Amino acid sequence: MTTLAGGVRGVPSRFLPVLATVVLFVLSFGVGAVRYDGFASGQVIANLFIDNAFLIVLAAGMTFVILSGGIDLSVGSVVALSTMVTAAGLRAGWPVPLVVLAVLVIGSTLGLLMGLVIHKFDIQPFIVTLAGMFLARGLCFLISVESVSIKDRTFRDVATAAITLPGKVTITYNVVIALVVVFAALYVLHRTRFGRTVYAVGGNESSALLMGLPTARVKVGVYVISGFCSALAGLLFSLYMLSGYGLHAVGMELEAIAAVVIGGTLLAGGVGYVLGGLVGVLVLGTIQTLISFQGTLSSWWTKIVIGALLLVFIAVQRTMVRR
Amino acid sequence: MKNRLLWPLLALAALLLLNLVVTPSFFSLRMQDGHLYGGLVDVLKNGAPTLLIALGMTLVIATRGIDLSVGAVAAIAGAVTCVHIGTSGSAGTAFAGMAIALVLCALLGLWNGFLVAGLGIQPIIATLVLMTAGRGVAMLVTEGQIVTVNNDAYRQVGAGFVVLPISILISLLVLGLVAFATRRTALGMLIESVGVNPEASRLAGVRSRTIIWTVYVFAAVCAGIAGLMISSNVSAADANNAGLWIEMDAILAVVIGGTSLAGGRYSLTGTLLGALIIQTLTTTVYTIGVAPEVTLLFKAVVVIAVCLLQAPKARAALSFRKVAVS
Repeated sequence: MTTLAGGVRGVPSRFLPVLATVVLFVLSFGVGAVRYDGFASGQVIANLFIDNAFLIVLAAGMTFVILSGGIDLSVGSVVALSTMVTAAGLRAGWPVPLVVLAVLVIGSTLGLLMGLVIHKFDIQPFIVTLAGMFLARGLCFLISVESVSIKDRTFRDVATAAITLPGKVTITYNVVIALVVVFAALYVLHRTRFGRTVYAVGGNESSALLMGLPTARVKVGVYVISGFCSALAGLLFSLYMLSGYGLHAVGMELEAIAAVVIGGTLLAGGVGYVLGGLVGVLVLGTIQTLISFQGTLSSWWTKIVIGALLLVFIAVQRTMVRR
Repeated sequence: MKNRLLWPLLALAALLLLNLVVTPSFFSLRMQDGHLYGGLVDVLKNGAPTLLIALGMTLVIATRGIDLSVGAVAAIAGAVTCVHIGTSGSAGTAFAGMAIALVLCALLGLWNGFLVAGLGIQPIIATLVLMTAGRGVAMLVTEGQIVTVNNDAYRQVGAGFVVLPISILISLLVLGLVAFATRRTALGMLIESVGVNPEASRLAGVRSRTIIWTVYVFAAVCAGIAGLMISSNVSAADANNAGLWIEMDAILAVVIGGTSLAGGRYSLTGTLLGALIIQTLTTTVYTIGVAPEVTLLFKAVVVIAVCLLQAPKARAALSFRKVAVS
């Protein structure tokens, strides 16, 4: 950390956590590039995006919620519900646009409901979104207890379509959508009044209220955004898995929160960036890729490493906040 | 106090009434080989781990904290014990394994307490570390396998009977001990004062940090015992699925019981009721014949309903309407 701080003097300290994450990403990727043949290829980087597109979208939505000082535990379940609605809708013969619309509306509505309960009745976001998590998973199983595969031709074509970039690197449409979401989130957070109010509410809600900022709209709005992003992530996940299942994306909310925290967003709210979440997801993805390249390490090491990383980052954040 | 327990009591009564109407056999009890059998006994037996974890969680929440790692800790406890027992059938090995597991759980609790009280990290995040890494550790211990054991002494913990299931007797014993330790001494008040304002209690001479460390260690040990029950009940350790979502159930039980997540006050009776409500709900859904996975839906409805009934703002809106109508 000291060398890092020495090397980036002149950079505002609020950028330091994000920079630390970027350095971590470069380092972990560097380790892979040195140790394994074929690791440092464009396709491996592209695969990081392809395999984690839905997580990138989730992290973007989660960033809004955490910045406002809340937390959303329902995202994983909403992803599962979205895959289920997609699969069941397509099986019933609905046209693809209608299915997409239905999924997005359901996700946003769930978010809106949770936001309203949190704000109107002053109940902790933790409990309300926990109930949302149970509700969404329960709804999945109400539709079907079994896994439903997606056979729709259009949907499969989109899922398997590859875009070739220069250098023979291929990506899927998922990646494009995820990146569009990240840029939209960047725009909303830094270029609109809503975005500034999110930071203000997360920094100090009473001050924001006394300044006359529309805190109510923001406090409910972040959950709508998160719900929308979860639904969209669910669509991407159905494209990735080509099935709908109530046990999809179990524990994904924790991955999203971990990515956002590793990306340098303060859980107390008010400090952080969307790009941090993106890099956080890439770090998690790199660790998984490293472990699969290693071959001898078992998959559970991923969890231990993620836990250790979380620890390091919150400890670093803690010392920075104290200063 | 009475008022706070009213809604949980009514909810439990309503659930039991529903069972009475739908499946009258639910309430029948019979003695067989000195064991008590029946629907109610099943509820108690299956609810024992949740109750135990919820007790630990109650004290943690009373200090304005939360412990998300209990499920992972439960998985670790089961994994360590089963791996230690291995193929042995002796009672001594079983008890040694359980002792090792519980000491390890206490250490994990110390770790959580260190992060929260020592480093001052938000409890949700501090315990998220162990929640994520803990299952990895449990899988490391079992090497990713489901470890099965065949040990009579160990099976007693989760599946044994002394008239009532041993697991519920353990949970009730812990409940009694906690109630005595916190309500018959000043400990309970100290815990609540830390929950209301840690800094002010420290200035008033309360050892806030020690109390916070203690509640996390207690929660982890409770989780450990619950993990032993879960694993002993099936004579196996499943690092992936043992205690999955149990932290959520425990938090729900605490909240349904009227303990505020904002800390500062807690109700052990409420937690007992909350745990019973959750388990009765699960059992009811089974007996009615709805797909067990849909239980989640009912849980969500109960949580929201109970939370709304307890939220001051919602109550205000409700009583305002009553006044307006009358």
